[in-house]
Amino acid sequence: MTELAGPTPVNLITGFLGSGKTTLLQRLLRDPALADTAVLINEFGEVGLDHQLLERIDETMVLLQSGCLCCTIRGELASAIKDLHARRESGDIPFFRRLVIESTGLADPFPILSTVHADPVLKHHFRLGNVIATVDAVNGESQLPRQENAKQVAVADRLVVTKTDLADKGTTETVISLVRQLNPSAPLWRAPCDPLDAEALLSHDTFELAGKSETAQRWFADEVRPKWHRHGHGHPLNGLDHDRGPLSGSGGTHEHSLSRHCDGIHAFALVFDKPLDWTTFGIWLTMLLNRHGPAVLRVKGILNVAGSPAPVAVHGVQHLVHPPVHMAAWPDEDRRSRLVFIVDGLDRALIERSLSAFLQSRGSPDVTTRA
Amino acid sequence: MCALCGVLGNADHWTDAIARPGVFSRSSDAAERRRERMRRVQCTNRILKFYGLKLSDWQGSAFLLSTATGKAEMVDHLAHLWVKAEKLTGRLCDPLDPALIERLEAARD
Repeated sequence: MTELAGPTPVNLITGFLGSGKTTLLQRLLRDPALADTAVLINEFGEVGLDHQLLERIDETMVLLQSGCLCCTIRGELASAIKDLHARRESGDIPFFRRLVIESTGLADPFPILSTVHADPVLKHHFRLGNVIATVDAVNGESQLPRQENAKQVAVADRLVVTKTDLADKGTTETVISLVRQLNPSAPLWRAPCDPLDAEALLSHDTFELAGKSETAQRWFADEVRPKWHRHGHGHPLNGLDHDRGPLSGSGGTHEHSLSRHCDGIHAFALVFDKPLDWTTFGIWLTMLLNRHGPAVLRVKGILNVAGSPAPVAVHGVQHLVHPPVHMAAWPDEDRRSRLVFIVDGLDRALIERSLSAFLQSRGSPDVTTRA
Repeated sequence: MCALCGVLGNADHWTDAIARPGVFSRSSDAAERRRERMRRVQCTNRILKFYGLKLSDWQGSAFLLSTATGKAEMVDHLAHLWVKAEKLTGRLCDPLDPALIERLEAARD
């Protein structure tokens, strides 16, 4: 019988209605690297069609219909994954090494991630992998201000801006700049223009940080180094584009800003010059997430923990925090701790002041912010 | 679960992550785990003082959170701590509360 190397990674493909999730999945499934992949599709409607569009219907493809994963059928999601696992174990279905979930366009990604992370059975056999969000270049400007879509983009580990062949260059760049306000750092592809590398999209996730410095480099170096900044009128730019280098662009020359619609969602980075106290940090973050979890769309950091020679990576989405990863090595020469927050309606200055007060109450590090 | 007292073991909270390859944990051995629990009690009490609460270790497997008047709750780990603290005091335990921040800043000075 084929052996698993560890828990099976679960990738979530999210994105607003009509943003190209199924098309993306269709392209990815053609990649031989994803031959051993099970697919779970959630559709909101009486008649499911998406699975038929994938041109592959077999026992490892499951359709969850007539309800949205994030609210009405979370129990069904857990049951469906357990069922796939049981059938894999008994050899009733082809062996799979990865599970990809395509959610409805209206789904909040958090409850789906939480189900996989916290279900007492699932958490022993599955683990969360990258979240991939699709954004429609043609309609993104009107869709991104919607709360559901903004959340989907904010929690994503990988971003794919779709239909770039149908949108003019200016519209695409505007949508990308809006995306970067919500998620300044996740690697971004333009589809169908950029070649989509299934491995780059689905692999190199938090779980793989521990052993591979190359993965750490990809996961973090580009993301946390605060290359992006925020002008007074709310136009932070210069997140890294996957293949094209830093996005330059409008740098304040035009007015596209989510701040007109999604007032609260913004990103910022904190940088610590000295090693920080792990115990105090844990107390502070759990207290913050207890009170403001739904508003902390994402927190991600590489920490220089006092007493630890190697860096520690932390990664959380709302109330859900992954086990801290003890990385093999620093991704670069910079030994400062760096934390990125994407928050909804929380005051950056207050977060900075609070963390600083907690840490310095133990006589620990200086904190400076970059945003 | 402890066979003698029936206390359920901790859930796998990120601050109490089970020591395994690639995971940062201070539970790699018994001594380190005890030291971390002591540090946690000490640090947390600096914050809880603001709410009139006190935390103490309970048999190395849980924590006891108590008020000055003797009301008490058992706490498994940090995630539960703040929920129980709010329940005991009827106040929101918010790290972004300016009054708490000012108190911590004053203590530092």
